[in-house]
Amino acid sequence: MAKVPVQFTLNGAEKAEFIDSGTTLLNALRDKIGDTSPKGGCHQGTCGACSVILDGELRLSCLTLAETCNGAAITTTSGLSEGGVLHPLQRAFLDAFATQCGFCTPGMIMAAKVLLDHTPNPSRDEVVEALSGNICRCTGYEPIIQAVLTAARSNSQHAA
Amino acid sequence: MELRKSYFADQRKDDLHEIGQPRPRSDSPGHVTGKTAYFADRNFPGMLHLKMVRSPHHHARIRSIDISEVEKHPGVVKVLTAKDVPHNVYTILILIQIGPEDETVLADGKVRWKGEAVVAILAETERAAQEAAAKVKVDYEVLPAVFDMEEALKPGAPIVNEYHGQNYYLYDSGECRKVRLGDVEAGFAGADHVLEQAYQSSPIEHAPTETTGCIVAPEGNDRFTCYTNTQAMFFTLDNASIILQMPGNKLHFVGGTVGGGFGGKVDVIVEPIAILGAKLTGRPVSFIYSREEEMQISSPRAAEKVVIKDGVMKDGRIVARKVTGYTDAGAYSRHSPYGAQKGAGHYPGPYTIPNVWIDTYCVYTNRTPSSAMRGFGVTIGDFALEVQMDKLARLIGMDPLEFRFINAYRDGDMKAHRQPTEGAALIECMQEASRAANWPVAEKYLSMSSYTKGA
Repeated sequence: MAKVPVQFTLNGAEKAEFIDSGTTLLNALRDKIGDTSPKGGCHQGTCGACSVILDGELRLSCLTLAETCNGAAITTTSGLSEGGVLHPLQRAFLDAFATQCGFCTPGMIMAAKVLLDHTPNPSRDEVVEALSGNICRCTGYEPIIQAVLTAARSNSQHAA
Repeated sequence: MELRKSYFADQRKDDLHEIGQPRPRSDSPGHVTGKTAYFADRNFPGMLHLKMVRSPHHHARIRSIDISEVEKHPGVVKVLTAKDVPHNVYTILILIQIGPEDETVLADGKVRWKGEAVVAILAETERAAQEAAAKVKVDYEVLPAVFDMEEALKPGAPIVNEYHGQNYYLYDSGECRKVRLGDVEAGFAGADHVLEQAYQSSPIEHAPTETTGCIVAPEGNDRFTCYTNTQAMFFTLDNASIILQMPGNKLHFVGGTVGGGFGGKVDVIVEPIAILGAKLTGRPVSFIYSREEEMQISSPRAAEKVVIKDGVMKDGRIVARKVTGYTDAGAYSRHSPYGAQKGAGHYPGPYTIPNVWIDTYCVYTNRTPSSAMRGFGVTIGDFALEVQMDKLARLIGMDPLEFRFINAYRDGDMKAHRQPTEGAALIECMQEASRAANWPVAEKYLSMSSYTKGA
């Protein structure tokens, strides 16, 4: 099968690969580049476990073709902590017991980050809406919502 | 969170200082950084992808399987049928002497449920495996199927599973698990009221976000490393050893990190065939359920039917209880004989009843095999029992919580299956529930204790 080149930045680092045409961004990240933090839960855009940030927007990497991402800036949960220091969202998820099996967690954190990037002080309803595309089958939604609200408060304290 | 240390204080030496305190989970740092390694986060060069060809029929005889076109499909490396599996007929609980072996790894001559595995295809890519699967030609002779437990138990019903010979699991106690205490008919005859009600449930899928699967890598020393999300590592290892007729020391299982299980990952389904594929090709093999397979193929919680007949006195005492429980195992046993047995022990509920008669049947139908899920065998039973308790309380015009105090088991009470009650705490739980829910009960219930002798 003919290969196509793709080139983008992943968590700030340049990446270039030859992939089969039709490869999803999820499979390219996991199988070619080796970033396994986005998870494949349904491969049909319904669970949110594969969520990544592409040029500032939340994207389902299982429904995104890798060859459409040339030149893009992609962020995944594995790239959030800097110098071993957890991102405020990661810290809040940890402290609020917002993880159980952990499989939905990277996608949840991506959805939450896009929300806080656009809406630094969201209401509870806005948090619920922002996470509505991400399924937690351990049904730990309440601590997840609390974690996002806590992270928003800690961000605004830093800003102040 | 408030911890009432006054209850059962005489039974404890410690001060329970950990309870109610937040302690960090050891796995959370991996979860929030995306570093936790789930089985599918491994990737090996040359890894093959396994796809299963499944039965489109609920019950059918297999006249022939033609794989000639499949083997020619580009990318296909190996095609497996029943004859390739060293010990093809197995049952999970054989490890604890619960037989007979009644399930095929790959269908041999017959399929008994829609979705049953028939042919396994190993190919260079998922896509090649998928395309090749469409080229398998199976000639089926469709047989009559049965989907309803009571229909399945009638004389003349189609036999679902010949390894059992009848459509129920044959316990050492006979056609069902039985619990007998006192004289239940005399209890009904002397009761002020008798209430008989039927309760039933449908199968429930666990729907974990991470689907069932495994990745198997052949090692240089003739061993196989199986990365799996099974919830039952040693059951899986031992059953794989039986199915593959391979000593356990050739198998190295790596797991324990499960992206949601809820009981849905305790069966032994993907690992043996993936290990066999790795053995016969000498290459790593990935077998991961699609979301569709997770929903349609993986074992759900069993459908259940529970018929409860209670005799109750106007003063609130339950004097007789007769329960007939049915657990729909689907086409194969898996963990359902155990689930139905748990139900038999559980149906008296946490109540002291002097006359009890319980029969629980594990029934075979042409439905998806059911298995474990969160409290299987008792969860649906608890729903039925507690709805029944509310109905009984209404029948005699009594407060439903006070009605439960009257019947609650206490230390020393003989349970229906002849185990004396020890360590009961139901009364104390209900006293706290009464306060927490602001559901007042008469003072005499608040001064009751699970101790029947002086504490």
